[in-house]
Amino acid sequence: MRRLFALIRKETLQIIRDPSTIMIAFVLPLFLLFIFGYGVNLDSNRVNIALVLKEKNPDTMSLVTAFTNSRFMNVKIGQDRREFEKDLLAGHLRGIVIIPQDFTRKVVATSTTRLQIITDGSEPNTASFIENYTRGIVQIWLRHQAEDRGYQGRKSAISVETRFWYNQELKSRNFLIPGSIAIIMTLIGTLLTALVIAREWERGTMEALMATPVTITQILMGKLIPYFVLGIGSMAICWIIATQWYEVPFRGSFILLLVATSIFLIAALGQGILISAITKNQFVASQIALLSAFLPAFMLSGFIFEISAMPLPIQGLTHLFAAKYFVTSLQTLFLTGNVWPLLLSSMASMALIGIVFYLLTVHKTIKRLDA
Amino acid sequence: MTKPIASIDKLTKSFKGMEKPALDAISTEIFPGKMIGLVGPDGAGKTTFIRLLVGLLHPDEGKITVDGFDTKTQANHIHEITGYMPQKFGLYEDLSVIENLRLYADLRQIEPNNRENKFARLLKFTNLVPFQSRMVGKLSGGMKQKLGLACALIGDPKFLLLDEPSVGIDPISRRELWKMVKELLFEGMAVLWSTSYLDEAEKCDSVVLLNEGVKLHDGPPVDLLKNVLGRTWQIRGVDEKERRGILIDMLRHDGVIDGVIQGRYIRIVMQKGKSKPELEKGEWHQVSPWFEDAFIDILGGGPGGYSALSETMQAKNHNDQPVIDAQGLTKEFGNFTAVKENTFEIKQGEIFGLLGPNGAGKSTTFKMMCGLLHPTKGQSFVMGLKTATSQARSHIGYMAQKFSLYEHLNVLQNLNFFSSLYGLFGKNKKRQINLMIEIFELKNHLDMNAGTLPLGFKQRLALACAIMHQPDVLFLDEPTSGVDPITRREFWTHINAMVEKGVTVMVTTHFMDEAEYCDRIGLIYRGENIATGSPDDLKALVQSKEMPNPTLEDAFIALVQGSDAKDEGSVE
Repeated sequence: MRRLFALIRKETLQIIRDPSTIMIAFVLPLFLLFIFGYGVNLDSNRVNIALVLKEKNPDTMSLVTAFTNSRFMNVKIGQDRREFEKDLLAGHLRGIVIIPQDFTRKVVATSTTRLQIITDGSEPNTASFIENYTRGIVQIWLRHQAEDRGYQGRKSAISVETRFWYNQELKSRNFLIPGSIAIIMTLIGTLLTALVIAREWERGTMEALMATPVTITQILMGKLIPYFVLGIGSMAICWIIATQWYEVPFRGSFILLLVATSIFLIAALGQGILISAITKNQFVASQIALLSAFLPAFMLSGFIFEISAMPLPIQGLTHLFAAKYFVTSLQTLFLTGNVWPLLLSSMASMALIGIVFYLLTVHKTIKRLDA
Repeated sequence: MTKPIASIDKLTKSFKGMEKPALDAISTEIFPGKMIGLVGPDGAGKTTFIRLLVGLLHPDEGKITVDGFDTKTQANHIHEITGYMPQKFGLYEDLSVIENLRLYADLRQIEPNNRENKFARLLKFTNLVPFQSRMVGKLSGGMKQKLGLACALIGDPKFLLLDEPSVGIDPISRRELWKMVKELLFEGMAVLWSTSYLDEAEKCDSVVLLNEGVKLHDGPPVDLLKNVLGRTWQIRGVDEKERRGILIDMLRHDGVIDGVIQGRYIRIVMQKGKSKPELEKGEWHQVSPWFEDAFIDILGGGPGGYSALSETMQAKNHNDQPVIDAQGLTKEFGNFTAVKENTFEIKQGEIFGLLGPNGAGKSTTFKMMCGLLHPTKGQSFVMGLKTATSQARSHIGYMAQKFSLYEHLNVLQNLNFFSSLYGLFGKNKKRQINLMIEIFELKNHLDMNAGTLPLGFKQRLALACAIMHQPDVLFLDEPTSGVDPITRREFWTHINAMVEKGVTVMVTTHFMDEAEYCDRIGLIYRGENIATGSPDDLKALVQSKEMPNPTLEDAFIALVQGSDAKDEGSVE
């Protein structure tokens, strides 16, 4: 035990004295939360579009009003598509909606509409947003038209009213912040540990340690414990900022948050140790940590990109990353509450991934240099 | 007869991707109370040998026992009774001196009650008492080395293994370390000391000499000296200006296996049974052999004196003005004066050496001369141009410590890159690159990454990169640190050839035999130039009844200590 304590004390001193560690553990979370809290916003407000009117009459003018009254769009109006093409190319406009010449006649005759929507396909999210909103506006407009013309009898028996659960205001921030906490934990758990152990190899201190009577388990535990504590501390800061500053709701229990964080951290630390055991070089270790932990946590965890929207093979791939389960756990705990079946299965998956990393690490690290 | 502390029996170890085994059927025994020197050129297998002894590597074949324990199965026991200092000392730079000691004491489970005693003793032993709370990163190389030794000693080992403890350390620190380790032998400790300093090896009780994984010698160093007895000579009485030319000429002779410059003399080792070449000038003087002579002899002789540079390089135009001119160079970092009023001139075709203990201000002076640091006061000129201007830089070739090559680029890519840096392009660039490949025989290694090159080739490539643009002045910052004597000789062969063509060289070094190549030396201590002169001038300065024949190292130490005494005297 004396040996383990000595190693933990050494590591703690190093953490305290190394400004970059403190940066990654405490300043980076603030910074990332700031970016995700303010900078990234998946809600689309006020998209610039143009409306091309090929036919001018009271009916189409009322449709135009419906568009201009929408709080989601800034509408420019014109007669010809060509006047807007340049703006669309330049990115000043996100889409053009064209109301064709025989629009009114078709509506009256068939009760259906035909519109052309040209959008900037380079931003699919915005593009589909414009498409959906245009549809919505036109549907509502059609209903009003029908009412005005006295087709009350045909009013549909079912009216759809959408209500969103768990995130009533539909603020993307509320699910982005818990997700970004998972990213921060990945950084601390995997990147930081991979770097510090690789550093010991580079500076030759690992060789010196190995030539003393310490066991390899003590060396590994001496790394794990301080960084585990660091991760939990960083989690506490993230939680305070999320709930106090960004006013993200927290509906789950603290104990569960602590348990889920611990399990995730153990898996992430295990990955970090495995990486550094294989590479023994800070530069390579950081590259591998970024590729195998940070980027998947960013892209394959469902944090920003919906997993169900990914191609099947990629969906399968997401199951390999603990970050996915942690993002789910955090979003559940923050926005929903203690959903036991979901949380338990997530934690079990993270624990399994963690165990695999440790088995590999134990297999890989022996107290020798020619392993 | 006493029992050996370590027995090595037919030890063989190979690494993947290497043609030959790193160690091939090595057998030897190490006894308590003895100092064993482990020597050999770079890549001989010294580090591998030490790592195998402490159980950090496992042998492929053969058996090693340390104090009766097998390294393969009982490494834990071995770690209890050995102290090991790896090449980089194994210290935590962001911990203080005492924190490092405490860590290693805890790892060796030293009882808390006798711990403080032990720290006090070790700190006193290593002269680190005043620096206890200083961060290791801020210690000088010499102090780090002593602390590394203290950490290795903390468990009272029976067997101490030191892997090149003296690389990059100044002669004073080296002597101190040596004295400390010597004291340990009285307590019955066995010490294995690997080194590329052959004067250290000469003082060991026994020497194990490895070359390419094969043991060439195992026994007292004197036995090896016997081999070269009567074959070591000095050429005396030649003009100082001509000695480089004569050396180059001598090395071409059949029968001359080694030759170096020693101040104003030339030292020659002859092959067995071969007669000395006729001298046009000067005369032969027989001298007693050194370990280095025997070392070069057993390894089959030095690299020869031929450098293709001497034929392919254009001679520089004659220049009467000083090529390098430093006037009152001063550099202050905050309150600390790193260099004070340093003034010197270097003529064309001169080799000027900057010597001094670690932290004396050599590197700072050097960096100001190359235009990498801006002096607080004073000026410096290269070829009459102010340094730090790009015209001045185009006349300078610079080879930094540890060969600053791009390790992940291959040889050709490195050459290409550096030639572009110096503004070479088109036909001229192609011609220069081809010339370098030819001169330094890099043809078969063009596709190899610089990081994986054998050390000798790394050195050649670094030199090629520094001289591709045909500089008038060459700055060399500890160019052969950690390099074995043979590789170092090869390096100086090229340098000598360039100097003969009128290139001017400024060099810093900790190797006294390297300093002997210099025409003049500036000895720097505490930021001040305390003595300037030829190697022989400096030796003459300290000559006394007690020291009738001082070596350059003796002169170095006496002058630095004399400067200390003067300082104390002026305070009182």
